[in-house]
Amino acid sequence: MAMAIRSFLIFLFIVSLTVPTFSLHEDQVGLMDWHQKYIGKVKHAVFQTQKTGRKRVLVSTEENVIASLDLRHGEIFWRHVLGANDAIDGIDTAMTKYAITLSSGGSILRAWNLPDGQMVWECFLQGPSDSKSLLFVPTSSKVDKDNTILVFGKGSLHAVSSIHGEIVWKIDFPSESFEVQEVIQHHDGNTIYVVGFVGSSQFDVYQINAKNGELLKHNSAAIDGGFSGEVSLVSTAKLVVLDAARSTLLTISFQRGEISFQKTYISDLVEDFSGMAVILPSKLTGLFAVKTSTATAFISVSSEGKLEVVDKVMHATFISNALSISEDQQAFALVWHGDNEIHLNVKQIHDWNSDLLKERIKLDQQRGLVHKVFINNYVRTDKSHGFRALIVMEDHSLLLLQQGKVVWSREDGLASIIGVTVSELPVEKEGVSVAKVELNLFEWLKGHMLKVKGSLMLASAEDVAAIQGMRLKSSEKSKMIRDHNGFRKLLIVLTKSGKLFALHTGDGQIVWSLLLNSLRQTEACENPTGINVFQWQVPHHHAMDENPSVLVVGRCGTGTDALGIFSYIDTYTGKELKYFGLDHSVAQVIPLPLTDSTEQRLHLLIDANGQAHLYPRAPEAVSIFQRELSNIYWYSVEADKGLIKGHGLKSNCAGEVADNYCFGTREVWSIVFPSESEKIISTVTRKSNEVVHTQAKVIADQDVMYKYISKNLLFVATVSPKASGDIGSATPGESQLVVYVVDTVTGRILHRMTHQGSQGPVHAVFSENWIVYHYFNLRAHRYEMTVIEIYDQSRADNKDVLKLVLGKHNLSSPISSYSRPEVTTKSQSYYFTHSIKAIAVTSTAKGITSRHLLIGTIGDQVLAMDKRFFDPRRSVNPTQSEKEEGILPLTDSLPIIPQSYVTHSLKVEGLRGIVTVPAKLESNTLVFTYGVDLFFTRLAPSRTYDSLTEDFSYALLLITIVALVVAIFVTWVLSEKKDLSDKWR
Amino acid sequence: MASFVRSEPVILLLFLQICLSLLSPSLAISSGSSGNGYAINGRVKIPGINAKGLGGHGKISNVKVILNGGQHVTFLRPDGYFSFHDVPAGTHLMEVDAIGYFFSPVRVDVSARFPGKVQATLTEKRRSLSEMVLEPLKEEQYYEIREPFSVMSVVKSPMGLMMGFMVLVMFVMPKLMENMDPEEMKRAQEEMRNQGVPSLASILPGAARSN
Repeated sequence: MAMAIRSFLIFLFIVSLTVPTFSLHEDQVGLMDWHQKYIGKVKHAVFQTQKTGRKRVLVSTEENVIASLDLRHGEIFWRHVLGANDAIDGIDTAMTKYAITLSSGGSILRAWNLPDGQMVWECFLQGPSDSKSLLFVPTSSKVDKDNTILVFGKGSLHAVSSIHGEIVWKIDFPSESFEVQEVIQHHDGNTIYVVGFVGSSQFDVYQINAKNGELLKHNSAAIDGGFSGEVSLVSTAKLVVLDAARSTLLTISFQRGEISFQKTYISDLVEDFSGMAVILPSKLTGLFAVKTSTATAFISVSSEGKLEVVDKVMHATFISNALSISEDQQAFALVWHGDNEIHLNVKQIHDWNSDLLKERIKLDQQRGLVHKVFINNYVRTDKSHGFRALIVMEDHSLLLLQQGKVVWSREDGLASIIGVTVSELPVEKEGVSVAKVELNLFEWLKGHMLKVKGSLMLASAEDVAAIQGMRLKSSEKSKMIRDHNGFRKLLIVLTKSGKLFALHTGDGQIVWSLLLNSLRQTEACENPTGINVFQWQVPHHHAMDENPSVLVVGRCGTGTDALGIFSYIDTYTGKELKYFGLDHSVAQVIPLPLTDSTEQRLHLLIDANGQAHLYPRAPEAVSIFQRELSNIYWYSVEADKGLIKGHGLKSNCAGEVADNYCFGTREVWSIVFPSESEKIISTVTRKSNEVVHTQAKVIADQDVMYKYISKNLLFVATVSPKASGDIGSATPGESQLVVYVVDTVTGRILHRMTHQGSQGPVHAVFSENWIVYHYFNLRAHRYEMTVIEIYDQSRADNKDVLKLVLGKHNLSSPISSYSRPEVTTKSQSYYFTHSIKAIAVTSTAKGITSRHLLIGTIGDQVLAMDKRFFDPRRSVNPTQSEKEEGILPLTDSLPIIPQSYVTHSLKVEGLRGIVTVPAKLESNTLVFTYGVDLFFTRLAPSRTYDSLTEDFSYALLLITIVALVVAIFVTWVLSEKKDLSDKWR
Repeated sequence: MASFVRSEPVILLLFLQICLSLLSPSLAISSGSSGNGYAINGRVKIPGINAKGLGGHGKISNVKVILNGGQHVTFLRPDGYFSFHDVPAGTHLMEVDAIGYFFSPVRVDVSARFPGKVQATLTEKRRSLSEMVLEPLKEEQYYEIREPFSVMSVVKSPMGLMMGFMVLVMFVMPKLMENMDPEEMKRAQEEMRNQGVPSLASILPGAARSN
């Protein structure tokens, strides 16, 4: 016992001697880390193929990204991630050299230089009211002429010069309810029509002089029967709209501002029409598409306004934008699914029966349906037209189709991850040989000699390249089997599109991907959304033959009262084992620390009515659960009501049908925060799977402090309601931040602290017995981080190591969550420079390694900070013994060491979350950071004390040993000789 | 609907002025009132960086300016100027995100009493700025620089220490042995024989107590 303690103390001492940073040499980039860049689901795309240079496509996405992609390979040329509140409403190009984006609800117009993505100008548009926003760049034959860009936004029409971004003129539309539908430029280029609706039955046309913004004419007409939604513009002076009942088509013509209507019943056009119709959004001259419950009809509009059905297709069809292929020819693409293939047809608008292109392309089934199509043409060597189509799929991936093939594809669903879990890889089976090319000894030695040269800075540039190549090539890290150190795992990520990906931790490759059937739109479930992914079955002891599986929980809709969805996925094969809809809603998912005989984890789902449902639905699970029934507690937070409640379980629920897997709940405690002074903004609890190595903390002068370690602690932060907005909205006097530590079993508040003049947002992390949280101090106008450490006083007497050794202590007395703990807290605050987006803490297999905080900064980098910077016992002048213990002198702000950025010179754009997973090797932890980009790395918070580093030079060791052996022989021979000569003397 | 034509030239002029003021480089701190908020204009100046990104780490096009922890995000124009619009009066926090450079956050006071008056203070240095020109406090070096080859680094490495010890034993031990009294030597050898190999327990003094 004493030996163990001693060796542990020695170890701690050694560890505490240095403040380790994750310093990385530049040539080590990519050895343990990988970085993937994504853009998100594409909303708009504009091709850039006119010039002879590199062919590109400009895209804007739902992740507020604007990017220029290479059309040949799909790589990103440049990319900008706009702010979270800065959603892109439209993109276009102007003067063939600028990309124009309209964002923030039509209030910010920016121009970007197309070749390199440099912002050229920015213009702020203001108007009387919020409205739909439209971006319209009139096409001009003369390239260098200063085009004006027309922007409808905030209830006004602006004309902006595309060279400098100045507003040339502006018109406010007075009617509050004027809802703009289209901005149309007349053929002569001098007149602009703005058409829209007022209310649901009035149609308005404004005729505006394009040169000076003068309002020439305003006409309006009332339509009896009203109209609904979508508008299809079929010519510069005609549009088609559905009436409110969605059964009649209205053709509205506004030639020279004169409005005339024409009504056509859909039933006259489509024979078996019943129910509701939808106009598919398109902008094709003289053609539009109507989707009914049975088919999609393509209807042509003649110049007199006569409607005629040109074709009817029975399947869901997607229409692309119109594309001018010559002076008077326009083409568009149709895409539909059939026989596991997608059919791509390009047709001329005026000649329905001519197919410019007819292709069938086999696609991966896991991509789902087509969501969007954009087409572009090119001229082949024989002067005929070729077409390429960019399609956006249901899983948010982006594909380029050309000549009947998928030229490239991008898995942009990974830009919107909503849940992460890990799975082990399969163990190496007997008889399965590892595909590893064994090097011969000479090559091995040569490689190591190169490494030695590299580490001694003697390597030439070629050698360095060779070393780098050797390291990156090492197949070790991307093998599909488990390794001894536990570095190789599968990251199972759930994305917003309902697709599940398995990423290999070694190199980030997608091992499998699966579009979950359970999360696809069906009639029963209109709008399914994923909630999270959990570990369902982790076989290790009892069920070694089973494959591990994960559980995906979702719900049919966005509200918490929507019915739940359950799905199990095998993580080795990537197959959905089983899925079903639940007959109750899902408000909370609680993975219990209990497993059944096949290592399936028991999960408790709390529905919106406060009933608890047990999964898996098996008698065995119930019998296991019944034993622990009285020991299960959880809490719920109702932030809008300022309420935190503790819950426990009762016996089975009282329902009409007896349900063994449903349990009633009881409220155990509740904490009500006064709504006039406190608003809950953040709650954080400990990770349920966190491992703590020791409860005791040995401090200087051989004293021991006992950490208060309980899984049932909750950190709550509240601010005064006035200060709940962004920084800048409250003054120091009216804002205060209060933090609480609550025991979730008894509802007891263990600690409460007030920060006057501070406000959120609060980012907090809870680990072992400490909490670190980040907030804004308005008085100093800087961010602060505070640490709270909780210690158990009742064990404070157990200080004598001798007593401890001899067993005269109360450590073995049972710990109960019901008892009233005597705790003391220590706390200290420090300034921190940056805003942060996420915070996490490293976790290791046994919890021995010291912990580091991982801070996702506003600059989308991840900074690792030793927990020792957040030690409440830091003082300005630490004593000698404290220094030996490793306590750092107190400074008012936390140092930011650039070498400790784990993302080094990379950025994880749009950073949202940091996940840490312990490796099997105690010193290492795996860090996965996600946002629009993904970043993975392996960290050793206290350096790799339990293994040799990758840099370790075996060759040097070998050379040393050889040298030693030689030296031994030489000295032996020498001493023999000396002995002999001594004897002869 | 004749009322529509009351497009006010004053507002129009103001808008023109805003868009123009963004471009005029002479106004470092300028602001115009527009609607209910004010404008903050400024400039980020990074020595050795240009639009082509030849110097330093990144390009100027990848620099972002962030207001209030992400409430507004804007980018730099080629000359380094940036602006925020519709900022309400109050005290705000502005940060510059440029990879490879460390910028201090800036406290920005937008005055309500003197509409549009903007005051800026570096929070890290507690230094107020006369004009809103933001410069990096330092460059950030994310990689450890490899130590150049030196004899000391070889000697300090574990192998080096091993070698050194060996050399020490080779040359110094015989000298020690020579100086030793032959009788003492004999006694020591005898002792060794009697005791055999010393056990680990006898080396660690504390272990006996716990047994």
